Amino acid sequence: MEVLNADGYRSDGRRQFELRSITIDLAQHGAADGTATIVHGLTKVFVSVLGPREAKLRSLTIHDRANVNVEVNVAAFSSGERRKRAKSDKRVLEMASAIKSTFETIIQTNLYPRSQIDIYIQIIEQDGGLLQACINGTTLALICAGIPLVDFACAVTCGVYANSPILDLTTLEENDIPNMTLAMLPKTGSVNLTAMESRLHVDRFGDLFEVALGAGRVIHEEMKLAILAKSRMLVAEMKTIGWGEKDLVD
Amino acid sequence: MISFSFFPLPPEPATIHESPQHSLHASHDMDIDLAHHFLHDSNLTLPGETLTSSHAYMRGHGTYVHNEEVIASVAGTIERVNKLVTVRALRARYNPEIGDLVVGRITEVQPRRWKVDANGRQDAVLMLSSVNLPGGVQRRKLESDELQMRNFFEEGDLLVAEVQAFFSDGAMSLHTRSLKYGKLRNGQLVSVSPALIRRLKSHFISLPCGVDLILGLNGYIWVSKHVKENEQEGEEGFDAEAVYSNQNDEIDMPTRSAISRVTNIIRVLASHFVPLSDTIILDAYEWAMEQDADVSEMLHQDNSFALISAVRGRK
Repeated sequence: MEVLNADGYRSDGRRQFELRSITIDLAQHGAADGTATIVHGLTKVFVSVLGPREAKLRSLTIHDRANVNVEVNVAAFSSGERRKRAKSDKRVLEMASAIKSTFETIIQTNLYPRSQIDIYIQIIEQDGGLLQACINGTTLALICAGIPLVDFACAVTCGVYANSPILDLTTLEENDIPNMTLAMLPKTGSVNLTAMESRLHVDRFGDLFEVALGAGRVIHEEMKLAILAKSRMLVAEMKTIGWGEKDLVD
Repeated sequence: MISFSFFPLPPEPATIHESPQHSLHASHDMDIDLAHHFLHDSNLTLPGETLTSSHAYMRGHGTYVHNEEVIASVAGTIERVNKLVTVRALRARYNPEIGDLVVGRITEVQPRRWKVDANGRQDAVLMLSSVNLPGGVQRRKLESDELQMRNFFEEGDLLVAEVQAFFSDGAMSLHTRSLKYGKLRNGQLVSVSPALIRRLKSHFISLPCGVDLILGLNGYIWVSKHVKENEQEGEEGFDAEAVYSNQNDEIDMPTRSAISRVTNIIRVLASHFVPLSDTIILDAYEWAMEQDADVSEMLHQDNSFALISAVRGRK
């Protein structure tokens, strides 16, 4: 497959450094403390966060911090070909553990000893950049749940084609070129996760890394705007009836 | 490319944030826009935003210190009291304080204590020594009491209690040592965000429609049949039979529909993030009665919007 054509366009009409459109919906669903739906192009992920709450199993309680539990479920209809994945699918479990280790360092778990934070991820549509969508969605859901985070985790998928970096890959591109997913904390610029399943030349890594960090900041801005809009709406709704500004403060 | 959101709550187009395709280079202009936002628009903040220097200010809840800067760790409103900076999350789990009135559900019976789900970050503890025992309000607990704890509270029972103390790990300890507290019956539970319930003079509210409300600060609300003052259990002395009874009283149909109507009103108000108070619930109830709306249809989207705008109009 030709990833980048002679005019510099990709199979879905994007340029090399162009991200897919991002849609964020933070409406509240059901009994969850925080929920978020994030869409990166044709990849759609729904994340719900419950907790911090009493751990279901005593063996899972940690005496000085919260236990973070991540469960990923891939809908059978999410990919082009209908396929039911078992809960114990190795790839799904691996992704869950990558997400868990990313967020264990970002969530201030020491504030909630002996409790548990459950993160349930539903993959509704997939077209590449799955880990990226899961991490970004989880960040948003955690913030909606009011769980203290050190910073946002902004993830982006990138690859190398013809010696130059390409951002936000679709499934077709992911299958074709060496790629990696990177999660960065925009405040410090530190990187929390790099996941690589293919071989990448070490000389290309530096450039790719820089471009991915920049893309992470763009995604951070998007997430910030969505959270701010949601917060502003909640504040406005609380003010309209009942209590005035003063009551909200104390 | 089509993107849509399912179940949107209509004043919500604001939360559904869509971005056009953009390139990496757009980020710089955006930074400036956003900085502008933070400074002038409101006192809202986000995780990872620097609030101030840690030399001049003390960090409070919802913040942490890194590199001599106070940084927010939750999204919410910034509050400052003298030198203390805190960030209050708009939506979070219940954060207990001593003296708070809570409604909870027994999850476990353990030696000399019950575990109670009170919407907190851990289950609360109700010690056998902090409940009223049958046969006199003031009495030492006996071994026989320990053996028949399920006669007082069983798994699944609902109760109203007060936060008495905290354990070293932050779990709350409850007590029901008052005639107002104890097991709940004759009604139903509604659960809302704890942010919507403020400290009031009294959390026991009697609505004129024959419905009693208990607004637990943890966001659990008990809606029940009205009990007349002089019929309240244990007016004189303490009647353990009645207090720990598992049997509902006879409830007639008008009361049942009043209870469900109040419950649905609370659900609608909470889904629109309206802070709850007795006057608002009463306004909404009167409006619902005027409309003669069917109780089961109140949760439909059109009806709930009508209710919200009516309540906003009255204010």
